[in-house]
Order: sequence, then structure tokens, then C-alpha cells
Amino acid sequence: MRRDLTTGLLAVVVLTAFLGLVYPLAITGVAQVVFPGQANGSKLSVNGMVVGSSLIGQDFKGKRAYFQSRPSATEYSGDATFFGNVGPNSVEGREEARENLAAYLKLEKPYDRALSREDVPVDAVTQSASGVDPQISEANARIQAHRIAAVRHLSLGKVEDLIAANTDGRFIGLLGEPGVNVLELNLALDREAPLR
Amino acid sequence: MAQGWLQIAVFIVVLIALTKPAGVYMARVFTNQRVFLSPVVGPVERLAYRALRVRPAAEGQDWKAYARSLIVFSLLFWIALYLILRTQGIQPFNPQGLHSGPWDLSFNTTSSFVTNTNWQYYGGETTLTYFAQMAGLAVQNFVSAAVGIAVVVALIRGIVARSGREIGNFWADLIRTVLYVLLPVSVLGALFLVSQGVIQNLGGYTVIHTLAGGTQTLAQGPVASQEVIKELGTNGGGFFNVNSAMPFENPSGLTNFFELLLILVTPAGLTYTYGRMVGSQRQGWAIFSAMFVLFVAGVIVVYMAEQHGTPAQHAAGLHTHALDGSTGGNLEGKEQRFGIANSSLWTAVTTVTSCGAVNAAFESLSGLGGAVPFVNLGFSEVVFGGVGAGLYSMLLYVILAVFIGGLMVGRTPEYLGKKIQAREIKLVSLGVLFTPLTVLLSAGVASATALGKRSLYAGVNPQGFSETLYAYLSQANNNGSAWAGYTGFIQPHAPGNAGAYGLSFADLLGGAVMVGARFVPILFVLAVAGALAGKRVSPAGLGTMRTDNPTFVFLLVGVVILVGALTFFPAILLGPIVQSLTTRLF
Repeated sequence: MRRDLTTGLLAVVVLTAFLGLVYPLAITGVAQVVFPGQANGSKLSVNGMVVGSSLIGQDFKGKRAYFQSRPSATEYSGDATFFGNVGPNSVEGREEARENLAAYLKLEKPYDRALSREDVPVDAVTQSASGVDPQISEANARIQAHRIAAVRHLSLGKVEDLIAANTDGRFIGLLGEPGVNVLELNLALDREAPLR
Repeated sequence: MAQGWLQIAVFIVVLIALTKPAGVYMARVFTNQRVFLSPVVGPVERLAYRALRVRPAAEGQDWKAYARSLIVFSLLFWIALYLILRTQGIQPFNPQGLHSGPWDLSFNTTSSFVTNTNWQYYGGETTLTYFAQMAGLAVQNFVSAAVGIAVVVALIRGIVARSGREIGNFWADLIRTVLYVLLPVSVLGALFLVSQGVIQNLGGYTVIHTLAGGTQTLAQGPVASQEVIKELGTNGGGFFNVNSAMPFENPSGLTNFFELLLILVTPAGLTYTYGRMVGSQRQGWAIFSAMFVLFVAGVIVVYMAEQHGTPAQHAAGLHTHALDGSTGGNLEGKEQRFGIANSSLWTAVTTVTSCGAVNAAFESLSGLGGAVPFVNLGFSEVVFGGVGAGLYSMLLYVILAVFIGGLMVGRTPEYLGKKIQAREIKLVSLGVLFTPLTVLLSAGVASATALGKRSLYAGVNPQGFSETLYAYLSQANNNGSAWAGYTGFIQPHAPGNAGAYGLSFADLLGGAVMVGARFVPILFVLAVAGALAGKRVSPAGLGTMRTDNPTFVFLLVGVVILVGALTFFPAILLGPIVQSLTTRLF
């Protein structure tokens, strides 16, 4: 028993120092040298000012000139994340989907007369898991393209080209789902047709 | 959906392909043979033994000595982790200036990580310092996983022992598992994850001015080094509150695939290790097959259920079918880059193993999709299961199946030449039943009392019952995934712990459940190992029931389902099954 206590205490100290400090600090050191961009959050800058991370979605609500992110349970918080926890049979879930659907149609329909309920993709009206999903589906982006083209005085074809250029496909055409990176797309829009 | 099935099929093929090489490697490690890493790791290993003052070659342990070392080690580490969580205010690597959370939360979190559970009442980025994450939690991710592997290796040694009572040396198994298996994969895996966008830094949180004219604070931290061992050790505790749904933990389809493989490679590989160590690969593949059947069935059910959408979404007039450029399905609480297929696959993978990391919100799963995690946990995590823990729990079921099969054909049951007698069956039964009993008792108490109701998010309805039942299923099975509305920690001013308090009932009951349901079965398993070690091997004859053919796999699957279903079916009926059978909203 006494031997176990001695060995155990030594093990706690040695393993904590080795696995808890040496290992993560060494990884941090290597990461900071070899992959500094990724290790520090894949930040995007405009004119030297950091405007966000390509991996973290932002809030564009109320900004007609920008593509809109997916609904968020957390107001797009990047430092206090939590799930929406909306249940499959909950009244809350019905109300949330109904309101999001109505808001989406209200925003997009004036620019895309043919748009109907059946065309609205699920990602556009459901909350993401992280609250900061950086992407929307291609179908969602193509609907919003009508509004962007009108507001920014761009041709629909041009906006669709920008969407395609800012779509992350599946890895080797196989893994994951394609998604349009909203922040990168909006930055590209600002470069293409700056807001006055 | 075809593309989704293809992704799932590719994952399964790669997993099967990795099972043999991983299994062979681990078998060599656990039988003290030379592996390709020996020239590098060997000197470190010898240094570690010198530092710990153990001489493993000369110090074989019987099951009691092995168990004593394991318990003392875990107890000391419990104390160390609790102290780390209680002293956050004076720690280095704390750019956000966080103080410690409430003591009852620390009790729960400490128990959670020492038992390989990683149940999270806390949110990592709002509550914990980088020091606590690195030197506290991530260390446990390594050592609690190593403890699980050590136990199964000891059990295998007991099964194959030809004489004597010794089942190995705990300290050597611990050190070898960490140095030869967990650490090398973690180092390479962490760097790969960083290259794909998982963050790894020690800086303070970044405040940015967003494009739309607002501000957003981005949490930072040493994430990659923790992410990799969180999956590899089937721990599951996220650096962030939303775990692997957070892009900084899991940024792409590729990282998702990689992390899923990390979760399953060790539990799957160990079945091959088992076959090699007992001298018959067919025995290992038999166990693999039983696990595999149950796993694949779960994946199929979740994926189809999630693709269908939920009653709430349909009632809102939402069309959940696939469109050109959209997967459709229940995307509530799921990420676009994973879609329905990869979120469903992850849901099955993380609940058949005792990982518990999530890339989607379980509480937002459809009724039937959500029933799969319940069923997987109801099987007591024997379908691949936690590293080590899954296989040693499955071996208890194997012995049980041998016993039942033996009774059916009217012969003395024996497994791999060793007679299964009254003592073993008593120990096995206790080991198999302890966890389910813990679940039902604790979930029952929590459901029936006002104290338990304080943790509910969904209210008193089937969803709320699901929250409670899953909380105790998850904690008792050392899984750690959650119907995350269920809480034991109120944090009014997040980020930061100012004014935060714990719900003592949930924190303390949960902590006790995790510790009990981890270490009591381990003691039974080691006792079985000791009992088997001393038995003579009798040669297989014509009347010996074979344990390496499809008939036995069928019997084993039947026993697992029977025990799980009989124990949990009535309870699961009240939660997710009810929700899957009705379109009513509540």
C-alpha cells in the first residue's frame, strides 16, 4: 500500500508535467512556427484590420447587402457557445421554425418572386449546432443571390460566380457536405461591389 | 442520401482496414515486444520506470495488487485534479483571469474526467483556464484511457495464463499504453488538426469588429493537443461547450472523418489485439463482428430518422426533403459542413464507444434518431465501447453467453479451454448488472424528486424525461454525451464564473454515479481475471462449444440485446420512443 502511494504520487507529478505541460506546450510551439495562421484562428483581415475568422460565422441580420448566416441560438457568440436544445416534438421548435421561415420569405421573396415555402432549404431556418456555423447550403446562397444582385447592382450571374468561388466542396469530392462560407463571400462582395 | 451512404461506407471500410494493423501493434506493445517506435520511446520508458521506482519485469502483480495500484493511482489523481480545478485564480496560462467555479461542479468534473466520462456540466471556454484544461483535464484524457486499456490487457492475460496468479504490472501497462499508443498518435494527430484549422495557442480571446458593424469575441486556447486525445482516448470532453460542433475543434469534413477514426480505431483494434493474444484471430473477429452488427444497425436508424425531419419542423410548414444544393433533413442543431450523414454517423460512433464527444446537438435529434444513443448506452457500452472498457465489458458478456450457451447444450461451459464456474458467473453477473442498476436507481431518484427537476430544461414531459434518463445513462456508462439542456451549473454572467453556482444534487449524484459505475465493474473484471488466471486449460474436444463462429456471434448479440432491452426498454419507451411514435407537440 505504501509503495503504491509513493509510486502513485510520483506518477501524478511526472505524468502531469509531461502530458499536461511538455506535450501541449511543445505542440503549441511547433504549431505557432509551422501553421501560425491556422493555430491562431484562421483570421481574415481587411486593410490590416482583423474582421473575423474564416471558420466562425458572423451576424448579418438586418444587413440587406450581405448574405445571411444560419440562425443562431447564441447570437453568434464566439466565446460562450451552447446548443439551442430545441426538442423534436417541442412547441418551441415549431414556433422557431415558423418564425424563421416567415422572416426568410419576407426578406427574400421581394427579390425572387417565384420563391415558395417548398424551396426554402432547411439550413436557412434551423439553428446550427455551434451557433457560429460559418457556412450555408448552396441552395440557400442561390436564393439569397437574387437579393444581393439587386441591392448591389450586380448581375445574378456575377453573384453566382462569387458564390461558387467561396464554396468549400467535399474533401476529395467525398467527405463532408459542400457549404458556402458566408463571411468570405461577403468580403468578396465588398471587394467586387463596395458599399458606398 | 446516396452520397451520405457512400461516406458512411467509406468510413466503415477504412475502419476495418485499420483494425488489423492497430491490433497487431498494440498486441506487440502489451506483450513487451519490439515495435518500430522502440528506439525512440524505449529510453523514455526506462526513464519513466526509474522516476516511478518500479521494476516491471521483476514485479508481476496478482489481481488484488493490480487493483490496489489502479485504485490508489486513480484516487491520487482525483485529488490532484480537484485541487487544480479549485485553484484557478492563481494559475498561469489564464489570460481571461478566470476564477474557480463552484465546488460541487468541481466534484462532478473531477469525477467525470478521472472516470473517462467527460460529462460536462461546465462550458470549457467560459469556465476553465488553459492550465486547467492542459494540466488537469487533458492529462486525465491520457491516463483514464490508459487505465481502461490496462484493465482489458490484464483480463486477457488472465484468460490466457497457463499457470500462476499474475496478470501483469499496472504501472508498466499504464506507462506503455501512454508512451507507445496514445502519445505518438496524439502528437501527429494534433499537428494534423492544426494544419486543418484547429487552433493551438495560449493567447487571450480576440475581440474583432465584424463586417456588419458589431463586435464578436473569439475564444482561443490550446485546442488541438486536447482535441486529439479527447477522441483517441474515447474521452469526449470538449475544449468548447459545443464540443466538436465548434469549427475551432472540428473545421471540415476531413477533420470530422479523421476524428471519427480516432474514436474507433483503438476499440476496434483491441479486438484484433485480443485475438492475437489469445492465439486465435477468429476469436477476435467474432467479437468484432458482434460489435460491428450492432454498430451498423444504429448508424442506419439514425441516418434515416434524421433525414426525415421532426414533427415540430413539419408542423411549422417546413419542407425537409433534399433540394438541389441542400441535404434536407433535420438540420436543427447540426452544422452545414457535416450535414445529416456525418452528424448521424458521429452520433452512432460516439455512443457505441464511450467517447461522448458530439458534433451535433443530441437534444435536437428526432425521436427515433435520439433513441439510438439511448439503446447504445443501454447496451452498457460493449459495442466497441470505451478504450479498453468496451472490450472488457464485452468479455463479461462473452462469458455470460458461453454460460447460457453451455446450459442450452447441457455441458459444462468453458471459454478458451477454461471452465466457467460458479465464482466466475457470480462476478460476471455483478459486473454486468452494476451499471444498469446504477442508471435506473439514479435516474429514478432524479425523475421523482423536486431536486432532480431543477436540472430540467424541456420541462416535465417526454423530452424532459429523456434529459434525465440520458444524463444518468451517460454518466454511469462513462460516455459523457448529453441531452444538453439538462444542467448542474448555473452561470449567469458567462464567460466567467462570477455569480455562478452548481446544482448540488445533480453534481454530487452524477459524480458519485460516474465513480461507482467505473471502478466497481473494474474490480469485478480484475477479479474475473484473477479467477481465470489460476485455472488449468483443458483441451478442446468434440463437445466444446465453439466461440469463434457465426452461431456464437448470433448468441452474443442476442445476450447483449436481451440484457439491455430487458433492463431499459420500459424506460426508453417513456422518452424517445414516445416522441418517435407521435406527431403531437408538447
